[in-house]
Amino acid sequence: MLSANAVALAYLAASVLLILALKGLSSPETARRGNLFGMVGMAFAILVTLQLESVHNYAWIFAAIALGGVIGGVVARRIPMTHMPQTVAFMHSLVGLSAVLIAVSAFYDPVAYGIADAVGGLRPASRIELFLGTFIGAITFTASLIAFGKLQGLLSGKPLVFAGQHVLNLVLGVVMLAAGIMFCVTQGWLPFLLMLAIALVLGVLLIVPIGGADMPVIVSMLNSYSGWAAAGIGFTLGNNMLIVAGALVGSSGAILSYIMCKAMNRSLLHVLLGGFGGEAGGGGAAASVGDRPVKAGSAEDAAFLLKNARSVIIVPGYGLAVARAQHALKELVDKLMGMGVEVKFAIHPVAGRMPGHMNVLLAEADVPYDIVHEMDEINAEFADTDVAVVIGANDVTNPAAKSDPSSPIYGMPILDVAKAEHVIVIKRSLSPGYAGLDNDLFYMDKTMMLFDDAKKASEAILQALD
Amino acid sequence: MEVAQTGAHAHGAAVDPFVFSITVFVLAVFVGYHVVWNVTPALHTPLMSVTNAISSIIIVGALLAAGPEQMNLATVLGLVAVALVSVNIFGGFMVTQRMLAMFRKRK
Repeated sequence: MLSANAVALAYLAASVLLILALKGLSSPETARRGNLFGMVGMAFAILVTLQLESVHNYAWIFAAIALGGVIGGVVARRIPMTHMPQTVAFMHSLVGLSAVLIAVSAFYDPVAYGIADAVGGLRPASRIELFLGTFIGAITFTASLIAFGKLQGLLSGKPLVFAGQHVLNLVLGVVMLAAGIMFCVTQGWLPFLLMLAIALVLGVLLIVPIGGADMPVIVSMLNSYSGWAAAGIGFTLGNNMLIVAGALVGSSGAILSYIMCKAMNRSLLHVLLGGFGGEAGGGGAAASVGDRPVKAGSAEDAAFLLKNARSVIIVPGYGLAVARAQHALKELVDKLMGMGVEVKFAIHPVAGRMPGHMNVLLAEADVPYDIVHEMDEINAEFADTDVAVVIGANDVTNPAAKSDPSSPIYGMPILDVAKAEHVIVIKRSLSPGYAGLDNDLFYMDKTMMLFDDAKKASEAILQALD
Repeated sequence: MEVAQTGAHAHGAAVDPFVFSITVFVLAVFVGYHVVWNVTPALHTPLMSVTNAISSIIIVGALLAAGPEQMNLATVLGLVAVALVSVNIFGGFMVTQRMLAMFRKRK
């Protein structure tokens, strides 16, 4: 049995290990070691908690850990990399739900946590902390479930908007706050459950108006919420390790949300209000494109251009993930590199459905990470590039973001694909992108459209190169 | 005046434990801010999966809830929470490891 001071110091050591886990991610070389630090820190924290005097029921606890561990392990091994966004969203919902369960448990039996007052009720400060932890956890839970449903395709990716939506949310928010305050004053179950129920509903309502391509922001934001929920529970329990870990995760998610918003030139509020790309977005086929002439080519034409190029930059987007084309694309890249062509990848920060989505898919296909570049690193190189290949990406290459002040995406940083000598766009149709906009890039003289699925196109070009 | 036993004594007066918690919280947000800005954008997806595993540190709260010998609603909820966050702990760290193992330099 460790003394209270020894326990606190052990938790401090675990906190430092968790910080080192994040620090390791500053480069791919140190990242795996960092992740090991994280595992050790977590294991250490669990062991220290298990030896506490108040913890019994070991058989049940080990059974619960084993059950969850096996499920988590199987998911981690089996899940395809293209499904990472929905997997992460689902995991956020588990953190949210657990935070709610812990809060309810603490309210039901405050003595177990050592947060009871003289008569077995909750101390006033603990009530406020419990209120915060509960409603953040509840919103994280249902909001993440909806995000999961949208990403998994169980729910439509289109934004769901209705009249009075924001007013309804505001009213619910105020009622929730009032119920929370009443709970803090009276310690009653009724206001507690009312507050919990409204928070669960709010989680749903907040995410339904947000469209599929805004998901990188939302997944990051929910990441942040799950951290704040953990910190909230830490305040309730007076446990500094939970506060530290929660604050780390909370700020991490907040920074990612900020980076994603900046990469779309939109404010977080604008994303949260939702409805972006409403009518024409998502399905896309509904929007009329007009009769502007495009130059369509075959896989053989694309192969000819690529064969004679010195340098090629490939711009992947969500279409790559949808078609699961990363392995086929990698074979094509190998072939080109074998022929002496210099090939690089350019990644826009919001490409795909979560931050870093494209990087993971390319890494899975064994594309070395030192030929995969971020937008700011590579944008200047398009002007000296013979062929730029856009595969499954659209809005992030739209020159209107720079030239047309009336465009809804004006001001969004884009990849300067149009500056390359030749452009090949691989796309299933001329349908507009998520923002519901036509892309001038498709109609330029130097652009050749290859109308096909990303995977089939990659395979066809590879074949034509032989 | 009663002095809280757990509080430190700054200028002779007791400091509420809540103030300590806030201090730790604010400092940790700063640490998080600086550490995360240094994460390379290529690893943003592993960052999300590992932070997900890290937020499962609330298992500490779940264990405390599941701990008391006397089984009641509170302990059962605690056990359910232990199982749920265990999914995240194992799933989060393992999927992160799997992803990170894929990142390779040019041979």
